[in-house]
Amino acid sequence: MLGDEAAAHGALWAGCNFFGGYPITPASEIAEVLARLLPRMNGFYVQMEDEIASLGAVLGAVWSGARGMTATSGPGFSLMQEHIGYAIMTETPCVIVDVQRSGPSTGQATKAAQGDVMQARWGTHGDHEMIALAPSSVQECFDLTIDCFNLAERFRQPVILLMDGEIGHLRENLTFPDDTAAVARQERALAGPDEQPFGGAEVPPMIQFGYNRYVHVSGSTHKPDGMRDVSTQSVHDQLVRRLVSKIDSRREEITRVESRWLEDAEAVVVCYGASARPSLGAVLAAREQGLKVGYLRLITIWPFPRAEIKALNEQVATIYVPEMNLGQISREIERFVSCPVESISKIGGVSLTIQEILEPILKKLKP
Amino acid sequence: MKLSQTETPPEDCCEDSNHRLHKYLRQETLPTTFCVGCGCGTVLGAFAQAVDELSLPPEEIVMVTGIGCSSWIPSPYFKADTLHTTHGRALAFATGVKVMLPRMKVIVIAGDGDIAGIGGNHLIHAARRNIDLTVFMVNNWNYGMTGGQMSPTTPQGALTTTSPYHNVEPPLKAAELVAAAGANYVSRWTTYHVFPLAEAMQYAISKKGFSFVEIIAQCPVSYGKMVNMRSGSDFLNLYRDTSIRIEQARELSEEELVDKIVVGKLVERDAEEYVTKLYQVNSEQSAHKE
Repeated sequence: MLGDEAAAHGALWAGCNFFGGYPITPASEIAEVLARLLPRMNGFYVQMEDEIASLGAVLGAVWSGARGMTATSGPGFSLMQEHIGYAIMTETPCVIVDVQRSGPSTGQATKAAQGDVMQARWGTHGDHEMIALAPSSVQECFDLTIDCFNLAERFRQPVILLMDGEIGHLRENLTFPDDTAAVARQERALAGPDEQPFGGAEVPPMIQFGYNRYVHVSGSTHKPDGMRDVSTQSVHDQLVRRLVSKIDSRREEITRVESRWLEDAEAVVVCYGASARPSLGAVLAAREQGLKVGYLRLITIWPFPRAEIKALNEQVATIYVPEMNLGQISREIERFVSCPVESISKIGGVSLTIQEILEPILKKLKP
Repeated sequence: MKLSQTETPPEDCCEDSNHRLHKYLRQETLPTTFCVGCGCGTVLGAFAQAVDELSLPPEEIVMVTGIGCSSWIPSPYFKADTLHTTHGRALAFATGVKVMLPRMKVIVIAGDGDIAGIGGNHLIHAARRNIDLTVFMVNNWNYGMTGGQMSPTTPQGALTTTSPYHNVEPPLKAAELVAAAGANYVSRWTTYHVFPLAEAMQYAISKKGFSFVEIIAQCPVSYGKMVNMRSGSDFLNLYRDTSIRIEQARELSEEELVDKIVVGKLVERDAEEYVTKLYQVNSEQSAHKE
């Protein structure tokens, strides 16, 4: 199965019943699978006129009881940024899949890249936290999509599955869970009669439409009851600080990494997504040559696994960061360590090879 | 009671009102922040009247709005489930709401800049799908909230803050566009025609499929300042003097209709509605479960 198709199936196992779509390479297969399967499961595939509308329709559907998702690539992801901010401000749980392709602009439309890492973090305006997960296998496209839905409900927050074209169009075996009971689903917390939908708790419960509660949902600064107040400094301060804090204070609960051979590592390769695959090959090759090289794969990109990165600082001489961009995560790592960080970047739609990652490591450790 | 722009209404002006439409409003948000002479209050009143005439419980309504003065008509004033969205995208959000909650009346009230300008493409496609939404587009011929810039509906030749020498663009005929795109019901009225307007709103709410009422409404503060029409009545007189029923307008040439406001019902049809068809597909496909 393709990575894109696995993400679509993951969405169904997570209970997705609304998908707002707009075709774009290399993400269209996600829409195609869900257009075929959702109507058979009493769900809805709605194809909108652009990506702004597809995420807009998802957000409207979520307030009306749906578990909603959309999928796109760079140009569509750019268009969605305003609605990602709206979802953060209104605390609307939803999943956005970005199958990254080469940019800026139309770039190499059919080629893979990892250039949206910082856009995923800071693409929408204003202060905010973000949750983004990066799969590096077809199985993970399935598994992490389910995790995205659960994190979205847990934190009432849009969650991004930050795939890349390489993984989206990768064909590998996928093992489904034995039955639906094997998939733990985070159910939506709904507000009781005395509970506020936009305050009170750090992650407040929702009031959906159709419950005779006259809920007022607004992207403007609002009070815990949802009513707009755009002139009181403390209302905005408390709201935005809470939206940031609900993620920031629970980093340990959210951030996940896969680490290998860190115990004795004198150098480490930090990687994610498609570039994790040749990275693993390069680390294995270095180990075969007796070099103490470790491997750290970021599964959670945002919030950034800063504790895991900081821990490397005392131990290793150099951190190597292979990426299909010009060093977006490499620069983020530099914020948290004092040891040298070496970016191994490659753009142009061709994947990094084992040799390209191994070479700079050998140059330094085996001159 | 006559208030100048700088005066604030007395604190108790909205308390203990016995007006029969008062119950439809969120009391704590009153009085409204609309400028003196603004047409938005008239639209709010006509809308509440329409809901009341239909005996439609507000619990069965979801209001969806965009950005701009006209979006404030339902949000925060009308007491119903409310989704105040981003600029121009109300129809996209409303599509998701209607698909998931077909039992609810999903009603959009927003301005011309919002619905026909930045959101124009969503308007065309919502009408083409003929989704069961009701849209009241309040057309005040300018971007009023931002201080009176020209909008896609500003009359040609008009002065605004961003067409200081005169507007060289012809205005968009939004109602005609929506009719051509496939809506089931389209009409146009002005805030001068309060009673036919309330009736049209009532009809649009109950009509299945995409219903669209363009409401020409005055903006004496932001728009009026540049064209020297500073009171609400200046506009109401203009609407009275320049409006023409569509039945009469059909007898006239395009030249004769320049500067006329054509009011009345532009189109009514009974084409199949979008969400109903989605649910039909689902009931057909549920028999083929994998």
